Amino acid sequence: MGSTGEGLGRRDLIKRSAALGLISVPTMSFLSACASGGEDTTKGPDKGAVTKENPFGVAKGGKLDVVVFKGGFGDDYAKAWEAAFDKKWGTTSSHLGTQEIAAKLQPRFNGGNPPDVIDDSGAQQIKVDVLAKGGQLADLNPVLDAPSLDDPAKKVRDMLIPGTVEQGTQGGKFVALYYVYTVFGFWYSGKLFKEKGWAEPKTWDEFLDICAKAKAAGIGGLAHQGKYPYYINVVIMDLIAKKGGLEAMKAIDNLEPNAFEGNPAALAAVEAVYEVVEKDLLMAGTNGLTHTESQTAWNQYKAAFIPSGSWLENEQLKQTPEDFDMKFLPVPTLADSKLPFEAIRAGAGEPFIVPEKAANKAGGLEFLRSMLSREWSTLFAQQANSLTVVKDGVDPNVKLRPGTASAVAAVKTAGANTFNYLYPDWYSEMDTEIQNASNELMAKRIQPKEWIKRAQAAVDKAAKDPNAKNNHRS
Amino acid sequence: MSQVAQGKGRAGFIAGFLILPLALYLTFVIWPYVQTFGYSFTNWSGQSPTFDFVGLDNYSALMKDEVFRGALWHNLLLLVFVPTITILLALFFAFMVNAGGRSGAGGVRGVRGSSVYKIVYFFPQVLSLAILAVLFGAVYRSDEGGLLNGFLTKLGLVDPAHPVEWLNQPNLVLWCLLLVVVWHGVGFYLVLFSAAMQSVPKDIYEAALLDGAGRAQTFLRVTLPLLWDSVQTSAVYLGIAAMDMFVLVSTMTSGQFGGGPDHHSEVMATVLMRNFLYFGKSGYACAMGVVMLVLTMVLSVVTLRATRRERIEF
Repeated sequence: MGSTGEGLGRRDLIKRSAALGLISVPTMSFLSACASGGEDTTKGPDKGAVTKENPFGVAKGGKLDVVVFKGGFGDDYAKAWEAAFDKKWGTTSSHLGTQEIAAKLQPRFNGGNPPDVIDDSGAQQIKVDVLAKGGQLADLNPVLDAPSLDDPAKKVRDMLIPGTVEQGTQGGKFVALYYVYTVFGFWYSGKLFKEKGWAEPKTWDEFLDICAKAKAAGIGGLAHQGKYPYYINVVIMDLIAKKGGLEAMKAIDNLEPNAFEGNPAALAAVEAVYEVVEKDLLMAGTNGLTHTESQTAWNQYKAAFIPSGSWLENEQLKQTPEDFDMKFLPVPTLADSKLPFEAIRAGAGEPFIVPEKAANKAGGLEFLRSMLSREWSTLFAQQANSLTVVKDGVDPNVKLRPGTASAVAAVKTAGANTFNYLYPDWYSEMDTEIQNASNELMAKRIQPKEWIKRAQAAVDKAAKDPNAKNNHRS
Repeated sequence: MSQVAQGKGRAGFIAGFLILPLALYLTFVIWPYVQTFGYSFTNWSGQSPTFDFVGLDNYSALMKDEVFRGALWHNLLLLVFVPTITILLALFFAFMVNAGGRSGAGGVRGVRGSSVYKIVYFFPQVLSLAILAVLFGAVYRSDEGGLLNGFLTKLGLVDPAHPVEWLNQPNLVLWCLLLVVVWHGVGFYLVLFSAAMQSVPKDIYEAALLDGAGRAQTFLRVTLPLLWDSVQTSAVYLGIAAMDMFVLVSTMTSGQFGGGPDHHSEVMATVLMRNFLYFGKSGYACAMGVVMLVLTMVLSVVTLRATRRERIEF
């Protein structure tokens, strides 16, 4: 009380800031309690009656909060879906199409008020492994066991192409519905190949041969999206899987100590890719280009081949010349490969998830069930130029573009000969480290043996991750 | 009585003005720092409200993290070069623009056309960093479509089949980025130093001229000492910019949130963001944030102390 006009004394200031520090320590625990404790108060609308037509008990007239990644597929398909959903259930859907998935959703996950359905995709996706680890994802098994909308005698599970469930499983729980069916491999211009009289290469030697011929004709051989080594990793990993068989692939996903080191298939694959570099068959400058830059250069006939997934055609729609005649090519095989040339890496992209703490969880689950109907699958194919994981999910009357059509043909030829890696979804850090090594390999700064060593180190590091014990494929 | 009451009244009066800004400052500046500090002792994944307390684990892991140590080293390199180069260039240009001209009838002025130069120099400052990244992305593009490569190819210095992959060269990438920052900054500091130079009384220059001082001498003996306060402030600002660098590195270089090739352009902020948003190691990322905060504060204090000089009044 005795303070005069001097204001705060220095001693007071110190005392008070110390007090402030003391307060802030207990508030930490308060904060975490607050963040995780809100779940019961936000439990949303009343539940509807659970019937055969309404297996999750969606309440009529509720709200549905949908967030989708607005990337290569746009978000018109989602708007069409939401309209159909609202019509059927009398709900009011709120729609957000964004590229900033993590920035928009991270605070909502942390605050315990996430949306009901999310297409968690794109460069800024929140990694599914991370979400699953935090217990943020609803178990989607009920969707699989619910009756299909097309044929109530069948379960939704039976309408899916093989591998869908396996891919969306984290720690033994099916938590993510990867919806867009994607095949991976090389792509080339049917027009260019016809002009030059080149045949589709089936072996790696034939592939190199065409690259050499292209180089002689003043065209680059192989282009790749150098700024994103993800793409060249597809080639390396596919070669490993084809040469060494599914065992070699699973060894990598299961983080085995000899996944790369001491695995002759792995070394052969990396050496094969390195041959392209050593023989100078890369498109000039491709190592530093972004995906759009290199793909556009390839569209301008500056390279014979480019690796990518089947989203390529939709992504390049504007840059592709009318008569380009885009064609898909399975990764050619090395000598003594265990899988045939026709085998392809095929899997699904665009993980759709329902958060565990969603206000309208029933609505979210019902939304996913509807997505797996033929009606919604066709809507998607029309709006986004791509296939879905629904078996024969597209009306045969829908006309496909040449690249997609050739990919569909490749899928048919491959039959059961498809494979898919899971480590990129399971172990983000290991994936990143292998990508870095591949970037060095393509720039001729490391040799195949060094690549193997670095990749194995990344595997060994991931094996120490406490999360590793949850993921295993057989 | 009256004195005490007066004191109380005045304190209340001042507090009345301060309480709102202080509350805002505490909520939006100090509180997030406190939170970050708290999270840095947890294994928080960033996507979930649950986490465990892990003590100093994050900090001891940070010590061993080679990627982070590399990033720290790059930040320190930038810390030395960004302010030095930017300030030297800005000072040189500012001097030429303001006092470098041949003196006419005893007057002191800049080189011919200096008013135009000032505007032109300031242009880069108007561009946002995002535009800058796109612009220089086109300059450094790794095929002959890039401005630099196209130019060098025309001159016959670069083989069109093997263009320079500027941002994909481990020993070039950091310097390429440095150039962008300097290009961006020089204009602003030129204007800042110009303003400071113009407040220096003309008669000081005239006296120096009468004593027969040349340009270099005028600059070193007269201009620089009188500008020291501005230079000091600029060094702190540029130092803080060099500690950040996130926008440029993350958009221009390869890798998730940049830093490529193979971590050769990594700065602390990119490592932090990758761990925070991509690897699901947010607690660990918060520890990095704390280290960055401490380093930046130390930097500011050291710069201000180290450059302290006697003040010249005029």
